[in-house]
Amino acid sequence: MAPKLPPKAPLEHGNSITGGASAHEGEHHYRSGPLRWLLTTNHKEIGTLYLIFSLSMFMVGGIMALVVRLELFQPGLQMVQPEFFNQMTTMHGLIMIFGAVMPGFVGLANWMVPLQVGAPDMALPRLNNFSFWLLPIAFVLLLSTLLMPGGGPNFGWTSYAPLSTTYAPPSTTFFIFSLHMAGISSILGAINIIATILNLRAPGMRLMDMTLFVWTWLITAFLLIAVMPVLAGVLTMMLLDINFGTSFFNAAGGGDPVLFQHLFWFFGHPEVYIMILPAFGIVSVIVPTFARKPLFGYSSMVYATASIAVLSFTVWAHHMFSVGLPLVAELFFMYATMLIAVPTGVKVFNWIATLFRGSITFETAMLFALAFIVLFSIGGFSGLMLAIAPADFQYHDTYFVVAHFHYVLVPGAVFSIMAAVYYWLPKWTGHYPDERLGRWHFWLSVIGVNLLFFPMHFAGLAGMPRRIPDYALQFADFNMASSIGGFLFGFSQLLFIWVIVKCVRGGVKAPARSWDGATDLEWTVPSPAPLHTFETPPDMRRIES
Amino acid sequence: MRKVLVLAVMVVAIAGLQRNALASDWNMPVGVTEISRSVYSLHMLIFWICVVIGVVVFGAMFYSLFRYRRSKGAKAAHFHEHTTVEVFWTTIPLLILVAMAVPATATLKEMYDTSESDLDVLITGHQWRWQYEYLGEGVSFFSNLSTPSAQIEGEAPKDEHYLLEVDQPLVLPVDRKVRFLTTSADVIHSWWVPAFAVKKDAMPGFINEAWTRIEEPGIYRGQCAELCGRNHGFMPVVVHAMEQDDFDAWLAERKQQAASAANSVDREWKMDELMAQGEKVYSTICAACHQAEGQGLPPTFPALAGNQALMDDLEKHIGVVLNGVSETAMPAFSGTLNPVDIAAVITYERNAWGNETGDVIQPSDIQARLSSE
Repeated sequence: MAPKLPPKAPLEHGNSITGGASAHEGEHHYRSGPLRWLLTTNHKEIGTLYLIFSLSMFMVGGIMALVVRLELFQPGLQMVQPEFFNQMTTMHGLIMIFGAVMPGFVGLANWMVPLQVGAPDMALPRLNNFSFWLLPIAFVLLLSTLLMPGGGPNFGWTSYAPLSTTYAPPSTTFFIFSLHMAGISSILGAINIIATILNLRAPGMRLMDMTLFVWTWLITAFLLIAVMPVLAGVLTMMLLDINFGTSFFNAAGGGDPVLFQHLFWFFGHPEVYIMILPAFGIVSVIVPTFARKPLFGYSSMVYATASIAVLSFTVWAHHMFSVGLPLVAELFFMYATMLIAVPTGVKVFNWIATLFRGSITFETAMLFALAFIVLFSIGGFSGLMLAIAPADFQYHDTYFVVAHFHYVLVPGAVFSIMAAVYYWLPKWTGHYPDERLGRWHFWLSVIGVNLLFFPMHFAGLAGMPRRIPDYALQFADFNMASSIGGFLFGFSQLLFIWVIVKCVRGGVKAPARSWDGATDLEWTVPSPAPLHTFETPPDMRRIES
Repeated sequence: MRKVLVLAVMVVAIAGLQRNALASDWNMPVGVTEISRSVYSLHMLIFWICVVIGVVVFGAMFYSLFRYRRSKGAKAAHFHEHTTVEVFWTTIPLLILVAMAVPATATLKEMYDTSESDLDVLITGHQWRWQYEYLGEGVSFFSNLSTPSAQIEGEAPKDEHYLLEVDQPLVLPVDRKVRFLTTSADVIHSWWVPAFAVKKDAMPGFINEAWTRIEEPGIYRGQCAELCGRNHGFMPVVVHAMEQDDFDAWLAERKQQAASAANSVDREWKMDELMAQGEKVYSTICAACHQAEGQGLPPTFPALAGNQALMDDLEKHIGVVLNGVSETAMPAFSGTLNPVDIAAVITYERNAWGNETGDVIQPSDIQARLSSE
């Protein structure tokens, strides 16, 4: 990939500011009011929109999780009826995955990818605006299904047919439509990120010069383009089964419910990596900064990310060990899944080797990144256990699985997003986040999240199935501990919002290079980053020392 | 900060000490079959491997964090590659995984060998109950949750086996190879008994196989493991394992009962007999969707109480119960309920909760209709 010619970038930038209905040169800077946000094509403003949207959805999905934890505080049905409970677990999953974590990472990519590759904006700014605005519409539609007759989706985020087709509430068609929109948004966003990274890198920046955050996002974007159409396909088949009398998944009509699961997990497993690869990138950027030492094994990090992405297409049926696959398939998917532990392990080892003989400080961003390494690894360990097919017959569909994927998603993906926010807030706002409040937020979150999810391992091993609104008495203590942890973790996030608001409003002024160990390109522009940066691309051949 | 930590530790400790913790309360049960013991040892093996790796990796991490603090004057080195080390920590995990895969493969092969069974049981998942059929024996019955709703709603103290008790358990002989064939009449369910390490999805349109050989008589409890709708949490599995002689006696008794039930189809049933039987059938089979008072949960589950269209059309009512309604959750009961139960439940629905049609449906009529279809 040869570096692009310098004149190319300003040309793209020129396109970007014609994004309004009657736009003319320079109008962008002065537009005010809600229209500014509706019509903006600026990567920083769209990044901010994505991040605000992600945080709002994190709160909405979090409230749903608290409804679930409240009902599970004690055995018996106290707060909600089972059908509403099922809607809460389903919506919680959908909103956290498609509304909080994915848009969170896309928002970070919008803000930071152009800054880290020295581009003036995303390659396709108007498409960028469209990708964002699809999301609020999709999620308003999704949330509105809760008010429809029969309630919202209640079949789990995995939507296994025929529970999600023949036996589903009437609102399912709207659920399908809203996920289609979220899917289109993801695909367009991914195309934009790939186009930006491959075409708008600063002159002299080779692919192997890019930060790990840019690299992991490049690979993630390819994963998105590969698997979101598969989700769209399987959702469309559901739509046809529900409304047009087809029988893709209806056994009575010659259909095959197992086919649904193959298609869903062919999307769903790469989706898991879509939600963790950018997190790897963030941690790989933050750890060297606060260890004041270059990332250990840069190229092996890139190759490990690529291997994980490739392997992620060959492991989907490990979600389906109990559906009655033939022995040879079970063995294949067991071996392939175990294999993923190798590149994942390499990453963890590299981070620790980066820390080794560094000069380490513990700013809030670093605390979250370090907690990520430890707690994500715990999720990785339980993942390795789940890969062992004979043992998976015992673990499958229990709280052990719930513990596993929450460890990789909450102190995994979500902590990485929080680390990224603390790390880049000085660049976004021009102020340092309040360290004291940040530490409170960190410690309360770490304690809350472990109290919330660790007991779930025990509940699952002792035999508690997932997705049940009421449970046998031997699971009571674990559930009570989890619920207390859930509320602690949930309410701690109000601190997070406070830190962000406070930082936007003021605080200690941050210089361009806000962290003394930070070396990437974004730290060469002023803090806060002006609306337009790198209008003349930096020449990496000159900057490199 | 420290106060919060102490508080959290106390909460966990209190929660842990509250019960006299048995091993199986915290860990996977060892179980009562050869397979379940193999699975348990695989589980413990991989667990300890993870613990050892965790101690080494986190040890190195915390050592680095502690030793190389800038506040203690640490100066950063600048190395960023070391091929030998990187090759080392790629190959070692690979070797550990190969070592792990060998016993896992052996156990999995064993689990998949369903040949030469002594007894075959067809397990059919329904929303929300299990049906057990002893193939070739002519014995078949439903197994329903028997925990009273007062306990679930918190109006009565909960029993020891709250939510893990049924009206009729699956009865199996010990020391015999029992083959389970699982399928479903509606959505996907999953039949799971942790003590046997058997979990197999019950798929509509498919028949899956699993097997067990129980070594100790006793009562073993499990649950449906796959989300199957509203009452997913309320369809437990209970297995009563007994010696072969006891099992034979039990099976003979069940066959006797089945025969006498067949005879009772032909006699004339009285209204109050049908109402009493119908109420029983309704509360175990129908009430989960149509609710205890027939009020339903519209729009998914229509009301029966005051459903004038249905009350005006007896033929349609019988047809719906026998054949189900396509594209909805209403299943066909002609294959799963006997003519007495069908006649009784229709009679009950047409004369309960303010429905006063006065219709009395005879089992013999249902039988005649079934044979003519």
